[in-house]
Amino acid sequence: MNFAFTEDQDLIQDAARGWLGEFAGPAHARKVMATAEGYDRALWAEAVALGWTGLIVPEDQGGLGLGFVELAILMEEMGRALYPSPFEATVVLAANALMALGTPRYLEAIAGGGITATLAAGNATGKITAAPTEGGFRLDGMLRHVPDGARADLLLVAADLDGRTALFAIEGDVAGLSRTGLATMDQIRRPAELRFDTVHLPAEALIAADAGRGLALALDRAAVVLAAFAVGAAERCLEMTVDYTKERVQFGRPVASFQAVKHQCADMALAVETSRSAAYWAACVADDSGHNGDGTALALAASGAKSWCARSYFDCAAAAIQLHGGVGFTWEYDVHLYFKNARALEAVLGDGTCHRERVARLIGLDDAAEAAQ
Amino acid sequence: MKLSFSADDEAFRAEISGWMADNLTGDFASLKNRGGPGDEHAFFEERRAWERHMGKAGWTGVGWPKAAGGRGAPLSHQVIFYEEYARAGGPGRVGHIGEGLAGPTIVAFGSEDQKRRFLPGILSGDDLWCQGYSEPNAGSDLANVRTRARLVGDRWVIDGQKVWTSLAHVSDWCFVIARTEEGSSGHKGLSYLLVPMKQKGITVRPIQQMTGTSEFNEVFFDGAETAAENIVGKPGEGWKVAMGTLAFERGASTLGQQMAFRNQLDEIIAIAKANGRAKDPVMRQRLAEAWIGLQIMRANALRMLSQAEKPELPREAYVSKLYWATWHRDLGKLAMDVLGPEADVFPGEPGTYELTALQQLFLFTRSDTIYAGTNEIQRNIIAERALGMPREARA
Repeated sequence: MNFAFTEDQDLIQDAARGWLGEFAGPAHARKVMATAEGYDRALWAEAVALGWTGLIVPEDQGGLGLGFVELAILMEEMGRALYPSPFEATVVLAANALMALGTPRYLEAIAGGGITATLAAGNATGKITAAPTEGGFRLDGMLRHVPDGARADLLLVAADLDGRTALFAIEGDVAGLSRTGLATMDQIRRPAELRFDTVHLPAEALIAADAGRGLALALDRAAVVLAAFAVGAAERCLEMTVDYTKERVQFGRPVASFQAVKHQCADMALAVETSRSAAYWAACVADDSGHNGDGTALALAASGAKSWCARSYFDCAAAAIQLHGGVGFTWEYDVHLYFKNARALEAVLGDGTCHRERVARLIGLDDAAEAAQ
Repeated sequence: MKLSFSADDEAFRAEISGWMADNLTGDFASLKNRGGPGDEHAFFEERRAWERHMGKAGWTGVGWPKAAGGRGAPLSHQVIFYEEYARAGGPGRVGHIGEGLAGPTIVAFGSEDQKRRFLPGILSGDDLWCQGYSEPNAGSDLANVRTRARLVGDRWVIDGQKVWTSLAHVSDWCFVIARTEEGSSGHKGLSYLLVPMKQKGITVRPIQQMTGTSEFNEVFFDGAETAAENIVGKPGEGWKVAMGTLAFERGASTLGQQMAFRNQLDEIIAIAKANGRAKDPVMRQRLAEAWIGLQIMRANALRMLSQAEKPELPREAYVSKLYWATWHRDLGKLAMDVLGPEADVFPGEPGTYELTALQQLFLFTRSDTIYAGTNEIQRNIIAERALGMPREARA
């Protein structure tokens, strides 16, 4: 038991913070968010060269073979910088899901940066039905809120196959599939709608016929890592607010000297630090759970961390706008970028209400009452 | 970064949980889950005997260095000790102020003579301690201490008043911050004195609280005396030493406190299941939120403890008091809401006032957000020290 970063983990954090701070801060986000694609391919290639797409991929698949604590560290820094990229969809969702299902397919291509990818399963709304055909499968249905659904090279799509959840791989555009990016308030994330209208897939497109358990594991691990993203972004909101209120003078003194301001910043700090504890607790559980470990422990930690950290992020972003005063309401200041992203992130992979309800179930609120003591 | 425990840790866990199972029996069995905050009078003499029993078996001072007579246990063992102690229903420790505050302060700042003189009595459970910090006009503004001590010959002579002193009526010793420089003010001119409680110059008067019970006391010093050598640090260094003591409040024992919170939450959940409130969607959200919040409290404490050797206080340490106090206060309210109208009722006749444990929880937790630095003071400290925001203009 040692709940502090190792030296290697400190190095990963320093390197990520340095690189993202230099190349991928809010100024960069503003440049790419006005484009249809929503990210900078040249910068992404550099991120790939840093080894980030292979961070959790096993070494024999060309990756670094690191764990979810390291992935959380990297995502925390991406949250701080608000870096718009295919990283979440490709690594946090797709690579994680393939690993959870125990299949090496595509992992080398993802680690090497050859393809971007995404996962459309319980993280999307809507439903796809699959039916066996001669030589393959036919998919029909519609999914919304698929991260990077319009731009990813590889789609991993969950579909109902005879009452089970099967996972299919679709490489790029196929006949009958329409992929439409959604215009969104938050311009960092790039969700899309996927329509399957008699899409025929070859037999080898089937990755797993019974993927429910593996996907549940993958989505819990993804929720943990998104919680870490929220920590970094929330902390950036706090930093911006402290910096601004120390500069802003009213009544002849910095507004940061007023208790009404300081106490809100203290509450932001509490939200950030408890969220950091929550995210890394859950990341440790994700690492300990392995691929076939105690699903309940991870489910509790993931639901706890995701609900807590996403709310903290929203609360911090909202307080940041309030404490920036009028300029917090402008397009020019960066606070609104975080505020909109925080709102979107709260709903991704289940909102706080549904995660708390899941915790309520898992801690036994529906079990029979014990005999009176 | 790793939260799981090693085989060596698990062996230690088996040792302490086995010892608790074998020893919290017989005459001690009735002490289970008694004597915690708000219940500090319960079975006092029996708990004192239990403290001595633990001392004989070497289970006091688990985190103290070996040179000071402690066990020198690594952090993971301390965590396990406090959690297993609370899990077994170990009673509130009558020696916790000595073990957690006075002892570590003497280890860090005391002379060799003081270590030889005071530490064995704390470890054996023979000497109980109380803390003489707050005064009627020195609460949040702790540096406004008025209690005075003068060196007369080879004795310090102390006059003044302390307040909110837990366990003063049963303690053998008190560590007192007193003003030793005539005309000084604020942090300067204070000294940290070790004062025997059982003497003519000291009067202890219990404060009846909103709970109807009296865990806290007023302590009056009227020409009270202590030997000249019973000063920790030099005259005038009292503030530095006192702040050192406060830092020890963030030790591994907080993990035991959290396990006690866990026992309370489990009781509330059991009631909600029994009376049907666990089916209410809003109540489910609140119970789940409390459960999540407690897990995070543990994670936050482990993170703080894992950085204990770093020179600067990490931010998770700054927020921990505000966090646990607020969480616990909310738990008290949640307990009442789960009970509904029955929350107000206790066994007995109208006119009596013997509260249930959950009623005690509800009322006593109102003090959690006040003592040891109010929530407002905690927010000032977080903003000014952790975030570097400018201090409020002060009179």
